[in-house]
Amino acid sequence: MIQLSENGYYGSFGGAYIPEMLYPNVKELQENYLSMIYADDFQREFYYLLKDYVGRPTPLYLAENLSAKHNATIYLKREDLCHTGAHKINNTIGQILLAKKLNKKRIIAETGAGQHGVATATVCARMGLECIIYMGAVDIKRQAPNVARMKMLGATVISATSGSQTLKDATNEAIRDWINNPVDTHYIIGSVVGPHPYPDLVARFQSVISEEMKSQLLEATGRENPDLIIACVGGGSNAAGAYYHYLNDLDVRLIAVEAAGEGVYSGKSAATSILGTEGIIHGSRTLLMQTTDGQIVEPHSISAGLDYPGIGPLHAHLITTGRAEAVSVTDENALKAAFELSRIEGIIPALETAHAIHALEDISFKSSDVIVINLSGRGDKDLNTYMEYLDKY
Amino acid sequence: MLNRLTKLFENNRENLLTVYFTAGYPKLDDTETIICSLAESGANIIEIGIPYSDPLADGPVIQESGMAAIEGGMTLQVLFNQLTDIRTKTQVPLILMGYFNQLLQYGVDKFLDDCVKTGIDGLIIPDLPLMEYEQFYKDKLTQRNISISFLITPQTEESRIHKVDALSTGFIYVVSDSSITGMKTGISSQQISYFERIKSLQLSTPQLIGFGISDRESYLTASKYANGAIIGSAFIKHLKGKNEVDKATADFINLILNP
Repeated sequence: MIQLSENGYYGSFGGAYIPEMLYPNVKELQENYLSMIYADDFQREFYYLLKDYVGRPTPLYLAENLSAKHNATIYLKREDLCHTGAHKINNTIGQILLAKKLNKKRIIAETGAGQHGVATATVCARMGLECIIYMGAVDIKRQAPNVARMKMLGATVISATSGSQTLKDATNEAIRDWINNPVDTHYIIGSVVGPHPYPDLVARFQSVISEEMKSQLLEATGRENPDLIIACVGGGSNAAGAYYHYLNDLDVRLIAVEAAGEGVYSGKSAATSILGTEGIIHGSRTLLMQTTDGQIVEPHSISAGLDYPGIGPLHAHLITTGRAEAVSVTDENALKAAFELSRIEGIIPALETAHAIHALEDISFKSSDVIVINLSGRGDKDLNTYMEYLDKY
Repeated sequence: MLNRLTKLFENNRENLLTVYFTAGYPKLDDTETIICSLAESGANIIEIGIPYSDPLADGPVIQESGMAAIEGGMTLQVLFNQLTDIRTKTQVPLILMGYFNQLLQYGVDKFLDDCVKTGIDGLIIPDLPLMEYEQFYKDKLTQRNISISFLITPQTEESRIHKVDALSTGFIYVVSDSSITGMKTGISSQQISYFERIKSLQLSTPQLIGFGISDRESYLTASKYANGAIIGSAFIKHLKGKNEVDKATADFINLILNP
């Protein structure tokens, strides 16, 4: 049985390793999140916004050409069709409603590729709350269209110039902002990472993905459970959502696809479950890439959304106990898969998602298997990168 | 049993000046020079920061000094090696400040044993949860006579302050404001009323006020409401680019204690 302990652990992973300055805010969330998010009026508003504002339920699409190519029955869960272009908004809708319940006036968030930043800026605009997004200086340069979207939505984008100036540092800066503004501010973490209760909170908001999958699969195939679910994992929020209602259905294989970058052992990789060791990052005990001295190592992936040196504690637990199988896909293979899906299904996936598509080549399955790939985001934001490879693929 | 830190508090509870520096900054081999110069100039307690890539409670000044120290080759093992003979040079109370992940990777038992070998008196680990300390590490520290100091902030509830008081064995680190280190200078009337509130609780553990203490004035003001104060970022800033760190250190302390 996969279950969160009272203190916020999945097995030995999770917890809340935070300085005292964050304690009151985190405790407030720990004590209130379940009763608040399962209140009737909260659930009503959450599902109303998911339906009419986000565009849920997202289709479960039978990808016939992809199925023929890989000799199995392959469905794509179309999170790319959500408002703002990725699954990230499921969580930001939930958290903005929670922030309002907690009477917070100011929202902060971190972002890597900018998808979570855009999803946060969007719900802040909708709810009329001040929005500050921390983004690594390096990522601001490589994800210019999303920076423009956030600004158009009224958010303030602050460049994180400490450390390696990417997602890890944007997260550090957001946490420091929260320390400096302990009373009126809510921190919308974008993935299933951070101190308890964030990993559980974000997983619950994203669990709408697997909730819909169950009823959609039942309708399409006559059974709720597929044989495999494939999702990419950076921090792991789309995977957590796609796995959630299947965690204890042991007949469903869960495949977690990490970014191998230029090769798992190339020194430029983000394959945390292979390269990582147990430690603490951003308040959570989990697997992370670090030196023997405990300094956090900067990862590499062509996809800014997978470019994170840790994984959520749920995933660390699933992978180390064997409940989920981790595979890793290189930059090059992700690009190849992105072009393949575009050409045979007419769907341009996000670079993150493209890793999950390529996993079809890396794992074994039977021709009778029903496979669901969580198509977590669309590829518009990655067009600059894709265009560099147009002649190659 | 007393260690150098608890012994200090037995004898002296006023205007205790604690100074933080980042091990390996400005240069890898400055550790011993800075400790000795701080002690000779009159610092009462020295807090040695173990440089970390992702120091959540610290501001940009300390993070940058940490990055420079890491690039310069500082590791926990190097630091313990540098401290091997420190007790032949000075008996000033020494505290290590670091993040819990660094201890986990080094091995908590080995870390504590090396603290005993080098003569470290106390620890500050800002992200170690109270409950986890009590459950897994309290006995290990007690057996080795190593003190620990936990933090309180203006937002810490009174029941939790008493818990911190019960578990802290060195001093209580009174964070002066809701902020990371090195962000604000000067002390506001709002902070004074917070200090007065803490003082009125008559806690059993001594208290030192830190964060935002940068000069003689703020050190003296804070010391009125606690047993002393902690200076960190201001000292790191002062050391930046200095070649003669012993002189630079003495100059800084003199400005605080003997202007």
